[in-house]
Amino acid sequence: MASPILSLKRVNKSFGPVHVLKDVDFSAYAGKVTALVGDNGAGKSTLIKCIAGIYTPETGEFIFEGNPVTISGPRDATALGIEIVYQDLALCDNLDIVHNMFLGREEISGITLNESSMESLAKKTLDGLSVRTVKSIRQKVASLSGGQRQTVAIARAVLWNSKVVILDEPTAALGVAQTEQVLKLVRQLADNGLAVIVISHNLNDVFQVADNIAAMYLGSMAAQVEKNSVNQNDVVRLITTGAQK
Amino acid sequence: MSQDLNIKQSATDWWSKVKAGQVGALPALLGLLVLCIVFGTQSSVFLTPGNLANLLTQAAAVIVIAMGLVFVLLLGEIDLSAGYAAGVCGALLVIMITKMDYPWFLAFPISVLAGVLLGAIIGYLVAQLKIPSFVVTLATFLAFQGLLLLLVGEGGTIRIEDPVILAVENKNLSVSYSWIFFLLTAGAHLLSGLLKFRKRKKAGLVDNLFKLWVIKTFILIAIGTLATWALTVERSNNPDLVSLRGIPYVVPVILVLLVGATFVLSRTSFGLHIYAVGGNAEAARRAGINVKMVRITAFMICTGFAAVAGMIFVSRANSISPTTGGSSTLLYAVGAAVIGGTSLFGGKGKVSDAILGGLVVAIIDNGMALLGYPAGIKFMVTGAVLLISASIDAVSRRGASTT
Repeated sequence: MASPILSLKRVNKSFGPVHVLKDVDFSAYAGKVTALVGDNGAGKSTLIKCIAGIYTPETGEFIFEGNPVTISGPRDATALGIEIVYQDLALCDNLDIVHNMFLGREEISGITLNESSMESLAKKTLDGLSVRTVKSIRQKVASLSGGQRQTVAIARAVLWNSKVVILDEPTAALGVAQTEQVLKLVRQLADNGLAVIVISHNLNDVFQVADNIAAMYLGSMAAQVEKNSVNQNDVVRLITTGAQK
Repeated sequence: MSQDLNIKQSATDWWSKVKAGQVGALPALLGLLVLCIVFGTQSSVFLTPGNLANLLTQAAAVIVIAMGLVFVLLLGEIDLSAGYAAGVCGALLVIMITKMDYPWFLAFPISVLAGVLLGAIIGYLVAQLKIPSFVVTLATFLAFQGLLLLLVGEGGTIRIEDPVILAVENKNLSVSYSWIFFLLTAGAHLLSGLLKFRKRKKAGLVDNLFKLWVIKTFILIAIGTLATWALTVERSNNPDLVSLRGIPYVVPVILVLLVGATFVLSRTSFGLHIYAVGGNAEAARRAGINVKMVRITAFMICTGFAAVAGMIFVSRANSISPTTGGSSTLLYAVGAAVIGGTSLFGGKGKVSDAILGGLVVAIIDNGMALLGYPAGIKFMVTGAVLLISASIDAVSRRGASTT
């Protein structure tokens, strides 16, 4: 396999007496979708929060594009080009798509918002993701469907020429057609050259979209394998027992 | 495809927005129209130029408080003490001018600064200590009432004779200056709108709002022309003795505040952050917005506006009393903002809402007084109108969330 854009080596994280991450190794590759699976409490969320800079692990190495880095806050992660799309999407219903995509990082000319430049860039990004379902990018997010909201949240993450995009349960609240639409978008992100990390509980989705599967079990990385080398039963065994074959 | 987006298209777009619950200022505009027709046909005085000028000066202080309140309401917060904050700042203004002999151009900015400071205290308590704004401002409501009583002295009023402060509510622009003011305002509005659309066209962005804007601008300018004409008609009972013509000075004062506040809310990132915090504070925080600072600043702006309203109260009454800014002032101001279309749930509203709503409140007050209704009925009708507006807001929110 090619060398990973992001890799974590022997990462440990505790909350008081609870040892949540135990010597976790994890890698994400440009142009590939890496699925992060595991039961509730296995440490998936803690792991991605370490990557996103929300938690700082006690020990462990971060290697980004071949160089060791330290991520001590969300801004460090953002500066490296790591973006996270939370499960609740963190969108403002009362703002339109463009303003949501640029929230907190608005383009300014003088003292005023540069609306036309933001609108063009937002449009370009959505077009680049082959998004055709949104009628107008000036409509309020409140009027969008669940899948469209997910699309806006993902588009916001890739707007900043980001290199790694982390998606937390992107299809959890969606119907069949919308799940299909979002999975297609996830594939598109990887095909555009980004490293995509997807947390999911749905193994059908995982097998449809992922190139790599990383399974966590009780705070340890049970295995990180290529999708083609395993079947669904193997993954279920990894998730429930942590044992490889 | 941008070429065939015509008026019909934009009208249907607009109608679907209304159906989806984004009614905006529509109910207030309709209400204004109905009220004008009802009072205009029932009272022979209501639609006279004299009453129009009277109405504007009556509504001015409440409108200015409501404009400030919009910033706080947009966050989903409330400031119950804005009325008495106006009283306190008005008292400071009067004391500085009459007892300390400060010139108005020094005393007025200091009183506004005092208002901003009071707002900073409220904002700090709400944003940093996370006390609900309802409780904080209930406390400051009582505290400001007491402060005003101490400043003015029990039962007393302090008169003010500064000609500039008194002119705001009692004097008018001359007829020629009234027309120049109108033309400048209309010209600036046209120019800024055209520049915006030209910039968008240059950037190659689709626009189906241009023709709607033309129609809206045309109606606005027509109303403006009519109002300016009405205000420049002689309205004195005895023109030989004293002539009363022209736009009251308070109108340009409000207009400057409107343009400034609208600019901040709709064109700057700070304004966008206010909407964002009001819509989803957690999302705003994760996007890197300093939510606490946005909250504190909004309360500072709110009481700053209240201080300007304090000056208007003083100018209208020629004095300050321990009840200035009290009784129903604050409730009328909140009512004005909500009737105009600002949501009490946060995230939705405009500064111009305060003007529309303030006019509705003032017209009910003024029109029913002209028809000889007792004050009790006036309060009840105003309450009913506020309730209707709040219902429209609540129902339209439900409409918006089910689409």
